[in-house]
Amino acid sequence: MTSVSKPLVKVRDLYFSRGDKAIFEGVDLDIYRGWITAIMGPSGTGKTTLLKLIGGQLRPDSGTIEVDGVDVHRLGSGDLYRLRKRMGMLFQSGALLTDISVFDNVAYPLREHTGLPETMIRKLVLLKLEAVGLRGARDLMPGELSGGMARRVALARAMALDPMMIMYDEPFTGQDPISLGVLVKLISSLNDASRLTSIIVSHDVEETAQIADYIYVISRGKVVDQGMPDQMMNSDAPWTRQFMKGLPDGPAAFHYPAPELEKDLMGRS
Amino acid sequence: MLDVLARLGRIGIGILGHIGRGHLLLLSILGGIPLLARRPRLLIAQIYAVGVLSMLIIAVSGTFVGMVLGLQGYYILSQFGAEQTLGVMVAASLVRELGPVVAALLFAGRAGSALTAEIGLMGATEQLSGLEMMAVNPIKRILAPRFLAGVISMPLLAAVFSALGVMGGYFVGVGLLGVDDGAFWSQMQTKIDLHEDVYNGVIKSLVFGFVCTWIALFQGYYATPTSEGVSRATTRTVVHSSLAVLGLDFILTALMFGD
Ligand SMILES: Nc1ncnc2c1ncn2[C@@H]1O[C@H](COP(=O)(O)OP(=O)(O)O)[C@@H](O)[C@H]1O
Ligand SMILES: [Mg+2]
Repeated sequence: MTSVSKPLVKVRDLYFSRGDKAIFEGVDLDIYRGWITAIMGPSGTGKTTLLKLIGGQLRPDSGTIEVDGVDVHRLGSGDLYRLRKRMGMLFQSGALLTDISVFDNVAYPLREHTGLPETMIRKLVLLKLEAVGLRGARDLMPGELSGGMARRVALARAMALDPMMIMYDEPFTGQDPISLGVLVKLISSLNDASRLTSIIVSHDVEETAQIADYIYVISRGKVVDQGMPDQMMNSDAPWTRQFMKGLPDGPAAFHYPAPELEKDLMGRS
Repeated sequence: MLDVLARLGRIGIGILGHIGRGHLLLLSILGGIPLLARRPRLLIAQIYAVGVLSMLIIAVSGTFVGMVLGLQGYYILSQFGAEQTLGVMVAASLVRELGPVVAALLFAGRAGSALTAEIGLMGATEQLSGLEMMAVNPIKRILAPRFLAGVISMPLLAAVFSALGVMGGYFVGVGLLGVDDGAFWSQMQTKIDLHEDVYNGVIKSLVFGFVCTWIALFQGYYATPTSEGVSRATTRTVVHSSLAVLGLDFILTALMFGD
């Protein structure tokens, strides 16, 4: 944890909706430089949407998102693309290009953006793959990788241009315990070694709390709680308690809204 | 009553929105074409995928359509003792109409559906978003080369279709039914006009290639990112492309040969 200066990402009074459905209704949050900040909340709260808003792929209905002091949604497309080269994003599925090999996937951003000679690209790619432990897998196709390996390759690709921050979308979901451990270590060591800023969006409480420096919990379009991981684990706020401890009952109901069971069973259709 | 009006209005707005998005997408795609001059390999790979891989079905269909034309044409023409003009009939039907139209219909089924499925799945598996976050514009990098490849391939495929069709007609007419070899070719040579027939056919297939590829890419790019969404989009590509080809063919024919 480094000392706190100006936040790298500043979200202010963010409103966003899809069709009639409001997803964010006044979200404020700060992502501090050098920290791993976790944004947590149940599935469907809009965590992925938030990352896409930060990356400028979606446009808020109102409110602002600043990254490194500039308002993302006021940038022209040239400046936006330049900013994106400094932000890595790890998609939930990895989002590797399926028709080219692991090596070519990691080389892709370098070939598109740097104009480096091929010998140099080869060295860089091998170094990035080494960092995620997959140098030996360079000739495999994405279809031949396990989910955990695909995510590590995607991580190597996201790191290829040496970004200032990386956004992780549900990096732990659906991983076996071993690759889970690998990923947790990798994310936290990369963050420290490369002096990155990391945003992890997740609903896996335990793993996320292990490596996060700061946690925001969002629910129903708002930030409902925030704090250091240990504060959050011991929070009294009913929503946080329910979410962090995984209790079935609490402010978030187990049941999707429905008429009473008895009426439903006796009714016709 | 007001309900119906509101519903109609909403449908109308939906359709207009679609058309608008389609044209904006087309503009962005066209904006990506200059990039291909610097990176021709992107284009060549797509010409292979879109054009070369469609060759087999185009070649086989062309041959059979030509054979059927030879057969049917012979029976009708021989009733008037005009079987010498079989070559003209086969070639004119192919070059003016059947070549561009049937090749475009096959193209929509073979290459268009594949394009939609490919782009749609790239969307569903976040590959397109992934490119955007790598600061690579997927419209320029992925869609533009496919579009240009479609526009270039279509006239070539139609030409292959027509050429093999003529050979099919020749095989049946001259080879099996005994039409005079020399008459078949010489009649064709004198009656088929380069401008009137061949150029107009090429223009048609350029238009069809443009429209079919545009529809396929649009449907793929805006497909709902689920398996069901991609499957529906693929179906829509084939249906919309086929209707567009047939409708446009009528309009183009009226404009070209109408006077
Ligand atoms: N492309 C889309 N079109 C329409 N609705 C969407 C789309 N993507 C996500 N949504 C909706 O937005 C909400 C938030 O989605 P998402 O950000 O993916 O949630 P999370 O990542 O927290 O699980 C969900 O209710 C989802 O159904
Ligand atoms: Mg998500």
